[in-house]
Amino acid sequence: MSETNVIPGSGSPDAFDIQGRETLETRPVIPLGQKGYEDGQPRMGFFTDTTVCIGCKACEVACKEWNDVPALPFELTGDSYDNTGALGADSWRHVAFIEQRKPVKVVQDAGLTTPASGDTDFRWLMSSDVCKHCTDAPCLDVCPTGSLFRTEFGTVVVQEDICNGCGYCVPSCPFGVLDQRQDDGRVWKCTLCYDRLKGGMEPACAQACPTDSIQFGPLEELREKANYRLEMVHEAGVTDARLYGADEEEYGMGAFFLLLDEPEVYGLPPDPEVVTRKLKSLWGPAAVAAGAMAVGVVAAFAGEGR
Amino acid sequence: MNARPEVSVSEEARHDGRGTGAEARSYYGRPVLKEPVWSREIPWYFFSGGLAGASASLAAAARLAGNVELARRARLVVLAGAAVSPVLLISDLGKPERFYNMLRVIKPTSPMSVGTWILSAFGTSVGIAAASKVLGVFPRLGRLSGTAAALLGPALSTYTAVLIADTSIPVWHEARREMPFIFAASSAASAGAAAAILTPVEAARPARRLAVGGALAEIAGVEVMKRRLGKLLAEPYEKGEAGRYDRLATAATGLGAAVMGMFGRRHRSAVVAGGALVLAGAALERWSIFKAGFQSARDPRYTVIPQRERRESRARADG
Amino acid sequence: YDVDTWQYAGMEVSGSAGKREQGGVTGEQAHYAQGGQLEHGEPTEMDESLEHPRCVFQLLKKHYRRYTPEAVERICGCPKEKFLEVAETLCENSGRERTSAFCYAVSWTQHTVGVQNIRAATIVQLLLGNIGRPGGGIMALRGHASIQGSTDIPTLYNILPGYIPMPHAHAHAHQDLDEFIEKNAAKTGYWGNMRAYMVSLLKAYFGDAATEENDYCFDHLPRLTGDHSIYPAIMGMMDGWCKGFFVMGENPAVGAANGKLQRLALANLDWLVVRDFSEIETASFWYDSPEIETGELKTGEIGTEVFFMPAAAHTEKDGSFTNTQRLLQWHHKAVEPKGDCRSELWFMYHLGRKVREKLANSTDPKDRAVLDLAWDYPTLGTHEEPDAETVLREIGGWDENGDALESYLPLKDDGTTTCGCWIYAGCFADEVNQTARRKPGSEQSWVAPEWAWAWPMNRRIIYNRASADPEGRPWSERKKYIWWDEEQEKWTGEDVPDISPTKRPDYEPPDDATAEDAIRGDSPFVMQADGRGWIFVPAGLTDGPLPTHYEPHESPFENALYGQQSNPARQQFPRGDNPYNPSDGQSGTRVFPYILSTYRLTEHHTAGGMTRTVAHLSELQPEMFCEVSPELAQERGLENGGWATIVTTRSAIEARVLVTDRLAPLRVQGRTVHQVGMPYHWGSKGLVTGDSANDLLGLVLDPNVHIGEYKVATCDIRPGRRPRGPALARLVDDYRARANAHAENGGARA
Ligand SMILES: Nc1nc2c(c(=O)[nH]1)N[C@H]1C(S)=C(S)[C@@H](COP(=O)(O)OP(=O)(O)OC[C@H]3O[C@@H](n4cnc5c(=O)[nH]c(N)nc54)[C@H](O)[C@@H]3O)O[C@H]1N2
Ligand SMILES: Nc1nc2c(c(=O)[nH]1)N[C@H]1C(S)=C(S)[C@@H](COP(=O)(O)OP(=O)(O)OC[C@H]3O[C@@H](n4cnc5c(=O)[nH]c(N)nc54)[C@H](O)[C@@H]3O)O[C@H]1N2
Ligand code: SF4
Ligand code: SF4
Ligand code: SF4
Ligand code: SF4
Ligand code: SF4
Ligand SMILES: [Mo]
Repeated sequence: MSETNVIPGSGSPDAFDIQGRETLETRPVIPLGQKGYEDGQPRMGFFTDTTVCIGCKACEVACKEWNDVPALPFELTGDSYDNTGALGADSWRHVAFIEQRKPVKVVQDAGLTTPASGDTDFRWLMSSDVCKHCTDAPCLDVCPTGSLFRTEFGTVVVQEDICNGCGYCVPSCPFGVLDQRQDDGRVWKCTLCYDRLKGGMEPACAQACPTDSIQFGPLEELREKANYRLEMVHEAGVTDARLYGADEEEYGMGAFFLLLDEPEVYGLPPDPEVVTRKLKSLWGPAAVAAGAMAVGVVAAFAGEGR
Repeated sequence: MNARPEVSVSEEARHDGRGTGAEARSYYGRPVLKEPVWSREIPWYFFSGGLAGASASLAAAARLAGNVELARRARLVVLAGAAVSPVLLISDLGKPERFYNMLRVIKPTSPMSVGTWILSAFGTSVGIAAASKVLGVFPRLGRLSGTAAALLGPALSTYTAVLIADTSIPVWHEARREMPFIFAASSAASAGAAAAILTPVEAARPARRLAVGGALAEIAGVEVMKRRLGKLLAEPYEKGEAGRYDRLATAATGLGAAVMGMFGRRHRSAVVAGGALVLAGAALERWSIFKAGFQSARDPRYTVIPQRERRESRARADG
Repeated sequence: YDVDTWQYAGMEVSGSAGKREQGGVTGEQAHYAQGGQLEHGEPTEMDESLEHPRCVFQLLKKHYRRYTPEAVERICGCPKEKFLEVAETLCENSGRERTSAFCYAVSWTQHTVGVQNIRAATIVQLLLGNIGRPGGGIMALRGHASIQGSTDIPTLYNILPGYIPMPHAHAHAHQDLDEFIEKNAAKTGYWGNMRAYMVSLLKAYFGDAATEENDYCFDHLPRLTGDHSIYPAIMGMMDGWCKGFFVMGENPAVGAANGKLQRLALANLDWLVVRDFSEIETASFWYDSPEIETGELKTGEIGTEVFFMPAAAHTEKDGSFTNTQRLLQWHHKAVEPKGDCRSELWFMYHLGRKVREKLANSTDPKDRAVLDLAWDYPTLGTHEEPDAETVLREIGGWDENGDALESYLPLKDDGTTTCGCWIYAGCFADEVNQTARRKPGSEQSWVAPEWAWAWPMNRRIIYNRASADPEGRPWSERKKYIWWDEEQEKWTGEDVPDISPTKRPDYEPPDDATAEDAIRGDSPFVMQADGRGWIFVPAGLTDGPLPTHYEPHESPFENALYGQQSNPARQQFPRGDNPYNPSDGQSGTRVFPYILSTYRLTEHHTAGGMTRTVAHLSELQPEMFCEVSPELAQERGLENGGWATIVTTRSAIEARVLVTDRLAPLRVQGRTVHQVGMPYHWGSKGLVTGDSANDLLGLVLDPNVHIGEYKVATCDIRPGRRPRGPALARLVDDYRARANAHAENGGARA
């Protein structure tokens, strides 16, 4: 059986490959340092246009169905219609619901769906969040086992047969994407439907999205589209629209967003950083401190005769 | 950059309900980051690893200085620390195989990978050295291993600081320049204290010095770190569990150092009491730092406000 | 209520759909409409100048003079500016170059004026020229899959397939086929051929047994004796005369208003058959329901024999769905049903077969109807599943040679054609299942006529003659759809023309013309006897020819326009087990000061049987909740995330609270009124459970289609959870007493 058609995310022998054959998880560890890009394979990603999101959560459900992600405990949060709360081991897509007393300029040509209603000007923002598949992914950098790897599509994926549950990637992610699953201690997150991509299919969430709020494609193209869409929305008078994560210079994201308010309102960090690439300020002081300690120890013997 | 719009009424209400300040906007006061998933073994490992590492250096220095008494006691501490440390790590991971998973790769970008190799090399060296001593075989190899452990010691004591600093947890990452010094100082203090307790008073002077010096450096280091972090990011170190541990740590370390420094020369009991306090202080300080990380991850203010300020100052700089 | 006075002067018409024969619980005299009398296709009395005081235009003007934007604001609480914004947008987007559509669902229908709400849209769309044109129309966004289909081939008691009325037992004890046709068919318009449709239907029902001599078994059809819709039937269960109940794909214990009444009714049956995927509340009421909890029902004392039969899902069976634009789409079985799960088709066919076997030797005349049925569908596979395509083919019809019909045009009234539903005739044309066509949109015109099949005659836009001007030219290039081709002497364009293809735009019918031939070439509304869109409705409705503002049955406000508070024709059930809250003008109104409305969530479906059983949906909306404004929360001490108890005279339920600006308080008639909003998806079964909103609502219906007023009632709300056990009944009793709406007087208006 060819290795390329194996579904990641299924270590058990009752997994099926894309052709529907039974399979065992056999994908090898991608050797260190290898980016894994194939010739001509562009980097793939998501552009999530939250101005057209209707909060239907089809993306959440499709993701769970396809990837066999367990349900969360049944609990009402009281936070608008969001009972998922956040991204996590058992929620790889998360639709945020934000209620604001603030008018939305509804201009037809822009195709905005956010309602303006009643005499109390009001808007209900919805946005489907996901792993950003960072250009320089802190989670990948810190992973001590090589479980997190970069695929030929430029995405970042956990190999759950290699993950040892060390949990290091969890606090390293600037977006709080990764988390441990309680029962097995391993971490789980969006795979950008690695198995589907290999089979030439679009990710489950993007396919299920009825409004094309989630758009999947080559990142370059998506960025162009996004810029165009932003212009359109601005022209329509919705001046607080902005792109988040579309600028490689600031922080490269393979999944980026068109938002209608500041990122933190959606639970996103306003200025994420690739913490792991500050090697000098991370290891430098440690080297000095280690030296200082050695010196200190030696100094403790100062004046002691032999 | 747009001017920041008014916080919506309902949002504000929710914020107040959750005790989050109004100066940061957030998604229902929910954290942006995930809290680390590490369990209580981890701060103890920071302590034991640091203790073992610094003790290895201490043992080697003592050997070089000809203080056999002290070297022997320190080696005992090294052995204990080296034995406990991997046990703690494996216990956090759940299964032993999971530790070996980390030995399949070396990743310079991952302090945990680097650290795992340091700990493994250290443990192996210590193991060989001890075996050679106990069994009386391969003395050269034994000495060589002891030296190796001594050289690895400072790395073992400080890499854990890099490990936590190399995350998105604001109070850890922003303290990346100070954290290794605190860890080093605290490790040295605890190594000194442990050896001082075990060693007869006459032979233990360097250990006491190390304990007192390390303790003072630790207290100073924490103070410097908090100042540099600024008011907001120092908060998690001063509030809640972390704050309690920090205050206890400072008190214990300070008192321990004072007792040991003033009475250690004469009274073994003062050494034991002071040493125990310094050790406790070192452990408490690791716990404080550990908990502060969780606390800062839990509250979006610590993520959002510094990033927002960074953004805005960058925007200002850009004109 | 005298509907005769609504008729046009000089001609009598019957409605093309809806109530043809008046008569129901309100017991009015039956109204028999005659075919219209047209002169050269024109009504006898017409005023082109629109100045006659009783012409439709003047009546319209007079009637709606008081319905100003200011009145909208005062009565509805919708700011005048918002209303004008909508109105102006609509007008700007209607005309030669642009069209607008109304899409509605139950926000408009679930009122005691439900049908009149849609009628209002009809008037607006006709006036704006938005009917019969691409991008125009009034779309009922149908709820369940194939709700449209279940009206076309009805599960309703008062119509036969294709909107042919059900014969009534009143008036003449022995109405024969001819008389029935005479009373119900129009002479002009497509209803002029009703006899052909009816006879072909009877041939489909009774096959060879239906002959000219026996009136094609017309006598075998059951006769209406009154209102046999679901709610009167439920009352019948309560009262003991309705003894058995088949529930197939419904969950009335949760989904129907006055849940308690529904469950008590179920408990009073002899037998109950529930077919569903899981044991829904309607099947489990006898051991798990609020009444068991309060002690009002005791399992040991319930005599109902409950048969639960597992059902096959749409993925497990062949069949069709008909959606809102009359599109029939075939679905193929993907997997065999598991275990004992079977399709409805299987169940009904084999049930019928067994009943017929048991009656085979009966000589009782009343069994003839069953024995004469053409009940001979081939079955497939080990489950002996009837072949669904043969059923579709029978619906689509065949001619004297047994060949599938192309359309309904060849239907004859002499028993030579067979057709299960005349409007569906042609769905199996050329012996091909036309509804299963799936040609990709990229491979055909933008109208996509080869995707599935639309009734009638695969016509995608009904009344599309209106897409061309009276001379037959497109109204504009942008909106061109069908038009008259002078060279070819026929109608052509993107769709199947809704006019006979060679009828010239300037065609004037001779006086003796009947059926479609009696309609002029410039009149698009071929189903109507006069070929015209009806702004004023002279027949077919029970409550009025022009939509009129009435307050809901339970309202905290008085009718600002009329002395009559609520729709006088609304169907009420004023009885002890269906009490009503006092409405404005009655004492005790202030006991229930808030407006209650119910609605859906994306994450759940209706009574929840298909969603509260699915973990990946349950987690998304795990608990029953109610929504209130911050103002109401403050007024009543409600906390976001906390509990509230909501009370009406029917019952009290509990729900978690969401405080939200979405449920803004309204300024109505100078007063502020608060609303309580609630999803109605919860019940006691499934992965996530909760109290049912329908336990709060009373049964009061629109008089035309008997839809319940699910969108408005009055209520009270208080913090905290509801009492348990008998204390619950005491709480409700206390409210009733205070509201002076005691069970005895049924809370009906004084
Ligand atoms: N996810 C999901 N989809 C469904 C269903 C489901 O249960 N779940 N059910 C299906 C079915 S069976 C149906 S019938 C459709 C129904 O679809 P909808 O008609 O959309 O159903 P509702 O949510 O009940 O009601 C719509 C809105 O009516 C508003 N409303 C209440 N009173 C009034 C009023 O007086 N005037 C106006 N204009 N609005 C009012 C309510 O605020 C509510 O938002 O949905 C279908 N689709
Ligand atoms: N308060 C309030 N009440 C309402 C409404 C409201 O807006 N407010 N809306 C009303 C409306 S519009 C509707 S349509 C009703 C719906 O109310 P119901 O029809 O009573 O409720 P459903 O849950 O849709 O019930 C359908 C059942 O059919 C089952 N089912 C699905 N497919 C099949 C099949 O192929 N075969 C069989 N045998 N069973 C199948 C499902 O599992 C489900 O249990 O609720 C009405 N009630
Ligand atoms: S968003 Fe987080 S989990 Fe996703 S690739 Fe980036 S760092 Fe990793
Ligand atoms: S938890 Fe798994 S994926 Fe995350 S860093 Fe550790 S080994 Fe890598
Ligand atoms: S890409 Fe796949 S795994 Fe990622 S959120 Fe979408 S459906 Fe889930
Ligand atoms: S599926 Fe699309 S529209 Fe629906 S919630 Fe997800 S992103 Fe929004
Ligand atoms: S359930 Fe969703 S996808 Fe299906 S028809 Fe309704 S709206 Fe469309
Ligand atoms: Mo419905």
